[in-house]
Amino acid sequence: MLKGYGAVILDGAWLTLQLALSSMALAVVLGLIGVALRLSPVRWLAWLGDMYATVIRGIPDLVLILLIFYGGQDVLNRVAPLLGHDDYIDLNPLMAGIGTLGFIFGAYLSETFRGAFMAIPKGQAEAGMAYGMSGMQVFFRVMVPQMIRLAIPGFTNNWLVLTKATALISVVGLQDMMFKAKQAADATREPFTFFLAVAAMYLVITSVSLLALRYLEKRYSAGVKVAEL
Amino acid sequence: MMFDYNVVWEAMPLYLGGLLTTLKLLALSLFFGLLAAIPLGLMRVSRHPLVNISAWLYTYVIRGTPMLVQLFLIYYGLAQFEFVRQSIFWPWLSSATFCACLAFAVNTSAYTAEIIAGSLKATPHGEIEAARAVGMSRIKMYRRILLPSAMRRALPQYSNEVIMMLQTTSLASIVTLIDITGAARTVNAQYYLPFEAYITAGVFYLCLTFILVRLFKLAERRWLGYLAPRKS
Repeated sequence: MLKGYGAVILDGAWLTLQLALSSMALAVVLGLIGVALRLSPVRWLAWLGDMYATVIRGIPDLVLILLIFYGGQDVLNRVAPLLGHDDYIDLNPLMAGIGTLGFIFGAYLSETFRGAFMAIPKGQAEAGMAYGMSGMQVFFRVMVPQMIRLAIPGFTNNWLVLTKATALISVVGLQDMMFKAKQAADATREPFTFFLAVAAMYLVITSVSLLALRYLEKRYSAGVKVAEL
Repeated sequence: MMFDYNVVWEAMPLYLGGLLTTLKLLALSLFFGLLAAIPLGLMRVSRHPLVNISAWLYTYVIRGTPMLVQLFLIYYGLAQFEFVRQSIFWPWLSSATFCACLAFAVNTSAYTAEIIAGSLKATPHGEIEAARAVGMSRIKMYRRILLPSAMRRALPQYSNEVIMMLQTTSLASIVTLIDITGAARTVNAQYYLPFEAYITAGVFYLCLTFILVRLFKLAERRWLGYLAPRKS
Protein backbone atom coordinates (compact mmCIF):
# COMPACT_ATOMS: atom_id res chain seq x y z
CA MET A 1 0.00 0.00 0.00
CA LEU A 2 1.19 3.54 -0.79
CA LYS A 3 4.29 2.24 -2.59
CA GLY A 4 5.53 0.54 0.56
CA TYR A 5 5.32 3.73 2.62
CA GLY A 6 2.05 2.70 4.34
CA ALA A 7 3.80 1.13 7.33
CA VAL A 8 6.15 4.11 7.70
CA ILE A 9 3.24 6.52 7.82
CA LEU A 10 1.35 4.34 10.32
CA ASP A 11 4.49 4.44 12.47
CA GLY A 12 4.34 8.22 12.27
CA ALA A 13 0.65 8.15 13.14
CA TRP A 14 1.47 6.29 16.36
CA LEU A 15 3.99 8.98 17.26
CA THR A 16 1.40 11.68 16.46
CA LEU A 17 -1.06 10.00 18.84
CA GLN A 18 1.54 9.66 21.59
CA LEU A 19 2.46 13.31 21.19
CA ALA A 20 -1.19 14.46 21.25
CA LEU A 21 -2.17 12.36 24.30
CA SER A 22 0.91 13.22 26.36
CA SER A 23 0.68 16.93 25.61
CA MET A 24 -3.03 16.91 26.50
CA ALA A 25 -2.23 15.27 29.85
CA LEU A 26 0.36 17.98 30.54
CA ALA A 27 -2.04 20.67 29.31
CA VAL A 28 -4.76 19.51 31.74
CA VAL A 29 -2.33 19.76 34.67
CA LEU A 30 -1.12 23.20 33.55
CA GLY A 31 -4.68 24.31 32.83
CA LEU A 32 -5.79 23.39 36.35
CA ILE A 33 -2.79 25.20 37.83
CA GLY A 34 -3.59 28.15 35.56
CA VAL A 35 -7.22 28.33 36.64
CA ALA A 36 -6.27 27.95 40.31
CA LEU A 37 -3.98 30.97 39.86
CA ARG A 38 -6.56 33.01 37.95
CA LEU A 39 -9.31 32.42 40.51
CA SER A 40 -6.96 32.97 43.44
CA PRO A 41 -7.79 35.83 45.82
CA VAL A 42 -4.08 36.74 45.96
CA ARG A 43 -3.83 39.52 43.41
CA TRP A 44 -0.37 38.92 41.95
CA LEU A 45 -1.09 35.20 41.51
CA ALA A 46 -4.29 36.00 39.60
CA TRP A 47 -2.31 38.48 37.49
CA LEU A 48 0.30 35.81 36.75
CA GLY A 49 -2.41 33.37 35.62
CA ASP A 50 -4.03 36.00 33.43
CA MET A 51 -0.68 36.87 31.83
CA TYR A 52 -0.04 33.19 31.03
CA ALA A 53 -3.44 32.83 29.35
CA THR A 54 -3.33 36.14 27.46
CA VAL A 55 0.23 36.07 26.18
CA ILE A 56 0.21 32.45 25.04
CA ARG A 57 -3.14 32.79 23.31
CA GLY A 58 -1.99 35.94 21.50
CA ILE A 59 1.02 34.34 19.78
CA PRO A 60 0.79 31.77 16.94
CA ASP A 61 1.52 28.15 17.89
CA LEU A 62 4.21 27.94 15.23
CA VAL A 63 6.11 30.93 16.66
CA LEU A 64 5.88 29.48 20.18
CA ILE A 65 7.09 26.10 18.92
CA LEU A 66 10.09 27.69 17.17
CA LEU A 67 10.74 29.93 20.17
CA ILE A 68 10.63 27.16 22.76
CA PHE A 69 12.42 24.57 20.65
CA TYR A 70 15.26 26.67 19.22
CA GLY A 71 15.20 29.54 21.72
CA GLY A 72 14.83 27.18 24.66
CA GLN A 73 17.76 25.08 23.47
CA ASP A 74 19.84 28.23 23.01
CA VAL A 75 19.02 29.52 26.49
CA LEU A 76 19.75 26.10 28.01
CA ASN A 77 23.14 26.03 26.36
CA ARG A 78 23.95 29.58 27.46
CA VAL A 79 22.96 28.83 31.06
CA ALA A 80 24.28 25.26 31.40
CA PRO A 81 28.03 26.13 31.44
CA LEU A 82 27.37 28.49 34.37
CA LEU A 83 26.05 25.49 36.28
CA GLY A 84 29.14 23.44 35.43
CA HIS A 85 27.59 21.43 32.57
CA ASP A 86 29.89 21.65 29.54
CA ASP A 87 28.37 19.27 26.96
CA TYR A 88 26.11 20.69 24.27
CA ILE A 89 22.48 19.97 25.16
CA ASP A 90 20.37 18.68 22.27
CA LEU A 91 16.63 18.68 22.95
CA ASN A 92 14.74 15.51 22.12
CA PRO A 93 12.03 16.60 19.63
CA LEU A 94 9.33 14.39 21.21
CA MET A 95 9.96 15.68 24.74
CA ALA A 96 10.27 19.25 23.50
CA GLY A 97 7.08 18.82 21.46
CA ILE A 98 5.13 17.51 24.46
CA GLY A 99 6.45 20.34 26.63
CA THR A 100 5.67 23.01 24.05
CA LEU A 101 2.18 21.85 23.10
CA GLY A 102 1.33 21.13 26.75
CA PHE A 103 2.44 24.63 27.72
CA ILE A 104 0.45 26.27 24.88
CA PHE A 105 -2.76 24.31 25.39
CA GLY A 106 -2.57 24.65 29.17
CA ALA A 107 -3.33 28.33 28.54
CA TYR A 108 -6.33 27.50 26.35
CA LEU A 109 -7.60 24.94 28.86
CA SER A 110 -7.26 27.36 31.78
CA GLU A 111 -9.74 29.55 29.89
CA THR A 112 -12.12 26.60 29.34
CA PHE A 113 -11.89 25.54 33.00
CA ARG A 114 -12.39 29.10 34.20
CA GLY A 115 -15.62 29.40 32.25
CA ALA A 116 -16.81 26.05 33.60
CA PHE A 117 -16.03 26.88 37.24
CA MET A 118 -17.76 30.23 36.98
CA ALA A 119 -20.87 28.62 35.48
CA ILE A 120 -21.46 26.52 38.60
CA PRO A 121 -24.10 28.23 40.77
CA LYS A 122 -22.63 29.70 43.97
CA GLY A 123 -25.27 27.92 46.01
CA GLN A 124 -23.65 24.57 45.23
CA ALA A 125 -20.44 25.39 47.11
CA GLU A 126 -22.40 27.09 49.88
CA ALA A 127 -24.59 24.01 50.28
CA GLY A 128 -21.43 21.90 50.61
CA MET A 129 -20.09 24.28 53.28
CA ALA A 130 -23.42 24.16 55.09
CA TYR A 131 -23.09 20.38 55.35
CA GLY A 132 -19.78 20.91 57.10
CA MET A 133 -17.48 19.82 54.25
CA SER A 134 -13.96 21.20 54.26
CA GLY A 135 -12.77 23.46 51.44
CA MET A 136 -10.97 20.55 49.75
CA GLN A 137 -14.03 18.32 50.02
CA VAL A 138 -16.23 20.99 48.48
CA PHE A 139 -13.73 21.40 45.65
CA PHE A 140 -13.34 17.72 44.79
CA ARG A 141 -16.83 16.41 45.62
CA VAL A 142 -19.05 19.29 44.54
CA MET A 143 -17.17 21.56 42.15
CA VAL A 144 -14.96 19.24 40.06
CA PRO A 145 -17.66 16.71 39.01
CA GLN A 146 -19.91 19.53 37.83
CA MET A 147 -17.00 21.40 36.25
CA ILE A 148 -16.18 18.31 34.13
CA ARG A 149 -19.64 18.30 32.58
CA LEU A 150 -19.50 22.01 31.79
CA ALA A 151 -15.93 21.82 30.49
CA ILE A 152 -16.41 18.90 28.07
CA PRO A 153 -17.57 20.94 25.03
CA GLY A 154 -14.63 23.34 25.40
CA PHE A 155 -12.28 20.45 26.13
CA THR A 156 -13.42 18.67 22.95
CA ASN A 157 -12.64 21.78 20.96
CA ASN A 158 -9.20 22.17 22.56
CA TRP A 159 -8.38 18.51 21.95
CA LEU A 160 -9.26 18.77 18.25
CA VAL A 161 -7.16 21.91 17.84
CA LEU A 162 -4.28 20.26 19.69
CA THR A 163 -4.43 17.12 17.54
CA LYS A 164 -4.21 19.25 14.43
CA ALA A 165 -1.45 21.41 15.92
CA THR A 166 0.79 18.33 16.38
CA ALA A 167 1.44 18.52 12.62
CA LEU A 168 3.49 21.68 13.31
CA ILE A 169 6.01 19.78 15.42
CA SER A 170 7.23 18.13 12.20
CA VAL A 171 8.69 21.54 11.34
CA VAL A 172 11.27 21.17 14.14
CA GLY A 173 12.14 17.64 13.06
CA LEU A 174 9.90 15.25 14.98
CA GLN A 175 9.31 12.24 12.73
CA ASP A 176 5.53 12.21 13.09
CA MET A 177 2.97 11.33 10.44
CA MET A 178 3.42 14.67 8.68
CA PHE A 179 7.22 14.39 8.57
CA LYS A 180 7.03 10.83 7.18
CA ALA A 181 4.53 11.92 4.53
CA LYS A 182 6.84 14.75 3.43
CA GLN A 183 9.73 12.30 3.12
CA ALA A 184 7.62 9.83 1.14
CA ALA A 185 6.32 12.65 -1.05
CA ASP A 186 9.85 13.85 -1.83
CA ALA A 187 11.09 10.31 -2.58
CA THR A 188 8.23 9.25 -4.86
CA ARG A 189 7.34 12.67 -6.33
CA GLU A 190 3.72 11.98 -5.50
CA PRO A 191 3.00 14.60 -2.84
CA PHE A 192 -0.77 14.71 -3.38
CA THR A 193 -1.20 11.00 -2.67
CA PHE A 194 0.71 11.10 0.60
CA PHE A 195 -0.69 14.35 1.96
CA LEU A 196 -4.18 13.11 1.12
CA ALA A 197 -3.49 9.87 3.01
CA VAL A 198 -2.28 11.86 6.02
CA ALA A 199 -5.32 14.14 5.83
CA ALA A 200 -7.52 11.03 5.94
CA MET A 201 -5.61 9.74 9.02
CA TYR A 202 -6.13 13.04 10.83
CA LEU A 203 -9.82 12.95 9.88
CA VAL A 204 -10.11 9.45 11.39
CA ILE A 205 -8.46 10.62 14.62
CA THR A 206 -10.66 13.72 14.92
CA SER A 207 -13.86 11.79 14.05
CA VAL A 208 -13.20 9.06 16.61
CA SER A 209 -12.38 11.65 19.28
CA LEU A 210 -15.55 13.56 18.48
CA LEU A 211 -17.70 10.45 18.90
CA ALA A 212 -15.95 9.38 22.11
CA LEU A 213 -16.17 12.81 23.71
CA ARG A 214 -19.81 13.20 22.72
CA TYR A 215 -20.56 9.91 24.50
CA LEU A 216 -18.65 11.15 27.55
CA GLU A 217 -20.63 14.38 27.53
CA LYS A 218 -23.86 12.40 27.52
CA ARG A 219 -22.64 10.30 30.45
CA TYR A 220 -21.68 13.34 32.51
CA SER A 221 -24.95 15.12 31.69
CA ALA A 222 -27.12 12.27 32.98
CA GLY A 223 -29.88 13.81 35.08
CA VAL A 224 -29.53 17.31 33.62
CA LYS A 225 -32.80 18.56 32.20
CA VAL A 226 -32.62 20.29 28.84
CA ALA A 227 -35.42 22.58 27.77
CA GLU A 228 -36.86 21.37 24.44
CA LEU A 229 -38.14 24.07 22.12
CA MET B 1 23.23 35.79 28.99
CA MET B 2 22.20 39.06 27.40
CA PHE B 3 19.33 40.01 25.14
CA ASP B 4 20.85 41.35 21.91
CA TYR B 5 18.82 44.48 21.10
CA ASN B 6 21.13 45.62 18.30
CA VAL B 7 20.39 42.67 16.07
CA VAL B 8 16.65 43.10 16.56
CA TRP B 9 16.96 46.80 15.78
CA GLU B 10 19.02 46.16 12.65
CA ALA B 11 16.50 43.58 11.43
CA MET B 12 13.55 45.92 11.98
CA PRO B 13 13.04 46.66 8.23
CA LEU B 14 12.82 42.91 7.64
CA TYR B 15 10.18 42.56 10.37
CA LEU B 16 8.19 45.52 9.05
CA GLY B 17 8.20 43.98 5.56
CA GLY B 18 7.02 40.76 7.19
CA LEU B 19 4.27 42.68 8.98
CA LEU B 20 3.02 43.95 5.61
CA THR B 21 3.04 40.43 4.15
CA THR B 22 1.15 39.08 7.16
CA LEU B 23 -1.49 41.80 6.90
CA LYS B 24 -1.82 41.26 3.14
CA LEU B 25 -2.25 37.50 3.57
CA LEU B 26 -4.76 38.02 6.39
CA ALA B 27 -6.85 40.58 4.48
CA LEU B 28 -6.98 38.56 1.25
CA SER B 29 -7.82 35.25 2.89
CA LEU B 30 -10.45 36.80 5.17
CA PHE B 31 -12.09 38.61 2.25
CA PHE B 32 -12.33 35.58 -0.05
CA GLY B 33 -13.08 33.28 2.89
CA LEU B 34 -16.06 35.40 3.94
CA LEU B 35 -17.24 35.63 0.33
CA ALA B 36 -17.38 31.83 0.14
CA ALA B 37 -18.70 31.41 3.68
CA ILE B 38 -21.98 33.28 3.15
CA PRO B 39 -23.40 30.89 0.50
CA LEU B 40 -21.93 27.94 2.42
CA GLY B 41 -23.63 29.11 5.62
CA LEU B 42 -26.93 29.46 3.78
CA MET B 43 -26.47 25.93 2.39
CA ARG B 44 -25.87 24.65 5.93
CA VAL B 45 -29.31 25.86 7.06
CA SER B 46 -31.06 24.64 3.91
CA ARG B 47 -33.84 22.10 4.37
CA HIS B 48 -32.85 20.35 1.16
CA PRO B 49 -30.82 17.32 2.42
CA LEU B 50 -28.40 17.15 -0.54
CA VAL B 51 -27.52 20.84 -0.31
CA ASN B 52 -27.18 20.70 3.45
CA ILE B 53 -25.07 17.51 3.52
CA SER B 54 -22.64 18.66 0.82
CA ALA B 55 -21.93 21.87 2.75
CA TRP B 56 -21.66 19.88 6.00
CA LEU B 57 -19.16 17.48 4.41
CA TYR B 58 -17.03 20.39 3.21
CA THR B 59 -16.88 22.07 6.61
CA TYR B 60 -16.39 18.75 8.41
CA VAL B 61 -13.41 17.67 6.29
CA ILE B 62 -11.75 21.10 6.39
CA ARG B 63 -12.26 21.50 10.12
CA GLY B 64 -11.09 17.94 10.82
CA THR B 65 -7.70 18.18 9.12
CA PRO B 66 -4.67 20.33 10.01
CA MET B 67 -4.11 23.59 8.17
CA LEU B 68 -0.55 22.50 7.38
CA VAL B 69 -1.81 19.43 5.48
CA GLN B 70 -4.25 21.56 3.49
CA LEU B 71 -1.47 24.00 2.62
CA PHE B 72 0.88 21.21 1.53
CA LEU B 73 -1.87 19.55 -0.53
CA ILE B 74 -2.32 22.76 -2.51
CA TYR B 75 1.27 23.98 -2.66
CA TYR B 76 3.18 20.70 -3.16
CA GLY B 77 0.35 18.29 -3.96
CA LEU B 78 -1.27 19.81 -7.03
CA ALA B 79 2.02 19.78 -8.99
CA GLN B 80 1.79 15.99 -9.06
CA PHE B 81 -0.81 16.12 -11.83
CA GLU B 82 0.23 16.71 -15.42
CA PHE B 83 -3.07 18.41 -16.33
CA VAL B 84 -2.66 20.95 -13.53
CA ARG B 85 0.81 21.84 -14.75
CA GLN B 86 -0.51 22.23 -18.30
CA SER B 87 -3.52 24.32 -17.31
CA ILE B 88 -3.81 28.10 -17.57
CA PHE B 89 -3.95 28.31 -13.75
CA TRP B 90 -0.42 26.97 -13.34
CA PRO B 91 1.30 30.40 -13.12
CA TRP B 92 -1.01 31.11 -10.18
CA LEU B 93 -0.80 27.69 -8.58
CA SER B 94 3.01 27.69 -8.64
CA SER B 95 3.12 30.93 -6.63
CA ALA B 96 3.53 30.49 -2.90
CA THR B 97 1.54 33.64 -2.12
CA PHE B 98 -1.44 32.48 -4.17
CA CYS B 99 -1.37 28.95 -2.72
CA ALA B 100 -1.12 30.27 0.84
CA CYS B 101 -4.05 32.67 0.29
CA LEU B 102 -6.11 29.92 -1.34
CA ALA B 103 -5.43 27.43 1.47
CA PHE B 104 -6.17 30.03 4.18
CA ALA B 105 -9.34 31.20 2.43
CA VAL B 106 -10.62 27.63 2.07
CA ASN B 107 -9.85 26.98 5.74
CA THR B 108 -11.50 30.10 7.13
CA SER B 109 -14.53 29.71 4.82
CA ALA B 110 -15.37 26.40 6.53
CA TYR B 111 -15.14 27.82 10.07
CA THR B 112 -16.96 31.03 9.12
CA ALA B 113 -19.74 29.09 7.36
CA GLU B 114 -20.45 27.22 10.60
CA ILE B 115 -20.49 30.50 12.55
CA ILE B 116 -22.95 32.07 10.09
CA ALA B 117 -25.14 28.95 10.07
CA GLY B 118 -25.26 28.91 13.87
CA SER B 119 -26.13 32.57 13.93
CA LEU B 120 -28.87 32.14 11.29
CA LYS B 121 -30.41 29.30 13.30
CA ALA B 122 -30.48 31.54 16.38
CA THR B 123 -32.61 34.20 14.66
CA PRO B 124 -35.50 35.17 16.97
CA HIS B 125 -38.67 33.67 15.55
CA GLY B 126 -40.53 36.96 15.78
CA GLU B 127 -38.23 38.55 13.20
CA ILE B 128 -39.11 35.85 10.66
CA GLU B 129 -42.83 36.07 11.43
CA ALA B 130 -42.76 39.85 11.09
CA ALA B 131 -41.02 39.57 7.70
CA ARG B 132 -43.64 37.09 6.52
CA ALA B 133 -46.45 39.25 7.91
CA VAL B 134 -45.42 42.21 5.75
CA GLY B 135 -45.39 39.89 2.75
CA MET B 136 -41.68 39.60 1.97
CA SER B 137 -40.55 36.91 -0.46
CA ARG B 138 -38.00 34.36 0.80
CA ILE B 139 -35.13 36.03 -1.00
CA LYS B 140 -36.08 39.48 0.25
CA MET B 141 -36.44 38.12 3.79
CA TYR B 142 -32.92 36.63 3.68
CA ARG B 143 -31.44 39.78 2.17
CA ARG B 144 -33.16 42.33 4.39
CA ILE B 145 -33.85 40.55 7.67
CA LEU B 146 -32.09 37.23 8.23
CA LEU B 147 -28.58 37.89 6.91
CA PRO B 148 -28.07 41.39 8.36
CA SER B 149 -29.34 40.28 11.74
CA ALA B 150 -27.33 37.02 11.70
CA MET B 151 -24.11 38.68 10.55
CA ARG B 152 -24.31 41.15 13.43
CA ARG B 153 -24.86 38.43 15.98
CA ALA B 154 -21.97 36.43 14.49
CA LEU B 155 -19.56 39.29 15.22
CA PRO B 156 -18.19 38.11 18.61
CA GLN B 157 -17.47 34.60 17.28
CA TYR B 158 -16.11 35.97 14.04
CA SER B 159 -13.60 38.07 15.97
CA ASN B 160 -12.19 34.83 17.42
CA GLU B 161 -11.95 33.37 13.93
CA VAL B 162 -10.10 36.45 12.67
CA ILE B 163 -7.57 36.16 15.48
CA MET B 164 -7.14 32.44 14.76
CA MET B 165 -6.55 33.34 11.10
CA LEU B 166 -3.91 35.90 12.08
CA GLN B 167 -2.09 33.10 13.87
CA THR B 168 -2.64 30.70 10.99
CA THR B 169 -0.93 33.05 8.52
CA SER B 170 2.34 32.21 10.33
CA LEU B 171 2.28 28.90 8.40
CA ALA B 172 3.06 30.89 5.24
CA SER B 173 6.66 30.98 6.47
CA ILE B 174 6.85 27.20 5.93
CA VAL B 175 6.20 27.65 2.20
CA THR B 176 9.03 30.21 1.82
CA LEU B 177 7.05 33.44 2.32
CA ILE B 178 8.64 36.17 4.44
CA ASP B 179 5.83 37.13 6.79
CA ILE B 180 6.53 38.08 10.43
CA THR B 181 7.46 34.49 11.27
CA GLY B 182 9.44 34.21 8.04
CA ALA B 183 11.37 37.35 9.02
CA ALA B 184 12.15 35.79 12.39
CA ARG B 185 13.38 32.60 10.71
CA THR B 186 15.62 34.68 8.40
CA VAL B 187 17.05 36.61 11.36
CA ASN B 188 17.71 33.35 13.18
CA ALA B 189 19.43 31.89 10.13
CA GLN B 190 21.65 34.97 9.75
CA TYR B 191 22.69 35.62 13.34
CA TYR B 192 21.83 32.37 15.12
CA LEU B 193 19.93 34.19 17.84
CA PRO B 194 16.72 32.13 18.00
CA PHE B 195 15.50 33.59 21.29
CA GLU B 196 15.72 37.22 20.19
CA ALA B 197 14.38 36.48 16.70
CA TYR B 198 11.24 34.64 17.79
CA ILE B 199 10.47 36.77 20.84
CA THR B 200 10.36 39.80 18.54
CA ALA B 201 7.95 38.00 16.20
CA GLY B 202 5.82 37.06 19.24
CA VAL B 203 5.63 40.72 20.34
CA PHE B 204 4.49 41.72 16.84
CA TYR B 205 1.71 39.13 16.88
CA LEU B 206 0.69 40.06 20.42
CA CYS B 207 0.31 43.72 19.41
CA LEU B 208 -1.68 42.76 16.31
CA THR B 209 -3.96 40.56 18.42
CA PHE B 210 -4.61 43.39 20.90
CA ILE B 211 -5.37 45.81 18.06
CA LEU B 212 -7.80 43.34 16.46
CA VAL B 213 -9.55 42.71 19.79
CA ARG B 214 -9.93 46.48 20.25
CA LEU B 215 -11.28 46.96 16.71
CA PHE B 216 -13.86 44.23 17.17
CA LYS B 217 -14.93 45.72 20.53
CA LEU B 218 -15.60 48.98 18.69
CA ALA B 219 -17.45 47.16 15.89
CA GLU B 220 -19.58 45.34 18.45
CA ARG B 221 -20.47 48.59 20.16
CA ARG B 222 -21.42 50.04 16.76
CA TRP B 223 -23.46 47.13 15.38
CA LEU B 224 -24.44 45.10 18.43
CA GLY B 225 -25.17 47.98 20.79
CA TYR B 226 -28.85 47.12 20.81
CA LEU B 227 -28.11 43.73 22.38
CA ALA B 228 -25.80 45.02 25.13
CA PRO B 229 -27.12 45.04 28.71
CA ARG B 230 -28.61 48.40 29.61
CA LYS B 231 -26.37 50.68 31.64
CA SER B 232 -28.16 51.64 34.81
